Amino acid sequence: MASRTIIPFGPQHPVLPEPIHLDLVIEDEKVIEAVPSFGFVHRGLELLVGKKDFHQMVYIAERICGICSMIHGMGICYGIEHIMKIDVPERAKYLRVIWSEMSRIHSHLLWLGLAADAAGYESLFMHCWRIREKLLEIIEATTGGRVIFGVCKVGGTRRDIANSDIHGILITLKDIEKDYQNISKVFRDDYTINHRFSNVGFLSKKDAFELGAVGPTLRASGVSVDMRKTGYSAYRHLEFEALTENSEDCYGRCMVRVREIFQSFNLIYQAAEKLPNGPVDIKVTGNPEGEYFTRLEQPRGEVVYYIKGNGTQNLERFRARTPTFANIGPLVRMLSGCDLADVPVIVLSIDPCISCAER
Amino acid sequence: MSFLKKSPWIIHYDGSSCNGCDIEVLACLTPMYDVERFGIINIGNPKHADVLIITGAVNSQNASVIKTIYHQMGDPKVVLAVGICAASGNFFRDCYNIKGGVDTVIPVDIYVPGCAARPEAIIDGVVAVLKLLEEKTKK
Repeated sequence: MASRTIIPFGPQHPVLPEPIHLDLVIEDEKVIEAVPSFGFVHRGLELLVGKKDFHQMVYIAERICGICSMIHGMGICYGIEHIMKIDVPERAKYLRVIWSEMSRIHSHLLWLGLAADAAGYESLFMHCWRIREKLLEIIEATTGGRVIFGVCKVGGTRRDIANSDIHGILITLKDIEKDYQNISKVFRDDYTINHRFSNVGFLSKKDAFELGAVGPTLRASGVSVDMRKTGYSAYRHLEFEALTENSEDCYGRCMVRVREIFQSFNLIYQAAEKLPNGPVDIKVTGNPEGEYFTRLEQPRGEVVYYIKGNGTQNLERFRARTPTFANIGPLVRMLSGCDLADVPVIVLSIDPCISCAER
Repeated sequence: MSFLKKSPWIIHYDGSSCNGCDIEVLACLTPMYDVERFGIINIGNPKHADVLIITGAVNSQNASVIKTIYHQMGDPKVVLAVGICAASGNFFRDCYNIKGGVDTVIPVDIYVPGCAARPEAIIDGVVAVLKLLEEKTKK
């Protein structure tokens, strides 16, 4: 038996901008076991509920993570609105869908860029981020922020998109989609990417289900679960299917994201077409009392919020179970038995967002 | 050392940032802003770097990592704190696990404001670094 070596991976490493630490136990070139350790980004923001009121908590929830900020903000608003039995105007629901799908596209494009970089395709990385910038321009024009949107509030949205602007936005989005179409072909057909991602990071359907994987990681293993199908916000009025792949490897996870971008474009078109007229927010009075369990679909998978109010300005408890945290278990399973050289690609394939996972 | 003057190489470390500033630092390197045309390159090796960019506040776990990276860098070096969290801790300073801004651990030369800091602001900060590097080189 060859002797075992432990290679530390991170926290400062070239794969991601974010710190994650893994102890890789290797035998020859094979990884036998991966032991993750956490805490580099831990802030403990859930306990801020005691110091900030529930309107301020929306601001804080958006800063759980800068990439998925829109849906974090939406999640806490959605929970508080349910507790307080606030009927959010229909227009606000549709606007929230439009912005969350934009955030999904920008998150997936960001990931595709990083994946291309991991496969050694520097110019493809640049192309993905070039397209992403065009989308960020629309986001900035409509919300005022590039990465942290800050548009959700309890009772609706802070901003409105004028009906006259929607037409122009759709034209730009169609341009972006056309541009993206060319790039998606590379991910789909290129020999090197195929070779680098196929049969790497295998996660069987049974494992994915039992270890509680979520989002694209779960759907790439052939399990059709998408929280948007539960019909929160305006999703119940839109037509779409949960996209799955059956290859159960990194290539499948890449393909799910490639296809989800087209799906998100389509959802935005549908929502823009059905966008009703009317106000975007209603006045909120009183304090939340009761508890609620929110489940939404982030770009990375299912996110769960537990919110408990006690009738005062401050919530009693706020808890977020983020998708990356759920995907760490499956990640450790994928890493055991892989080649050392494949570790960066596999870590990347779950689209890790450490600041989400550690909060 | 004149070749060092105008092409600062940066190393980026994510303190306990929410990712917002991190992706904006990365966005600086991509076609829209493309700072690489000025010779600014993002590298992973502290020994090669002139500028340390830190996003996010300092917590008890990453304080030692930041110190290690800082001490591994060769002189002259400049520290750039990007975003409000790196400057003061933002609202996170009320959290039990946060010590405060980056300047609680290592000396910071330049602060870039914003939540999240815009790429233009970050580039502005790096330009200010050029002058500072020049002064530090003379010493």
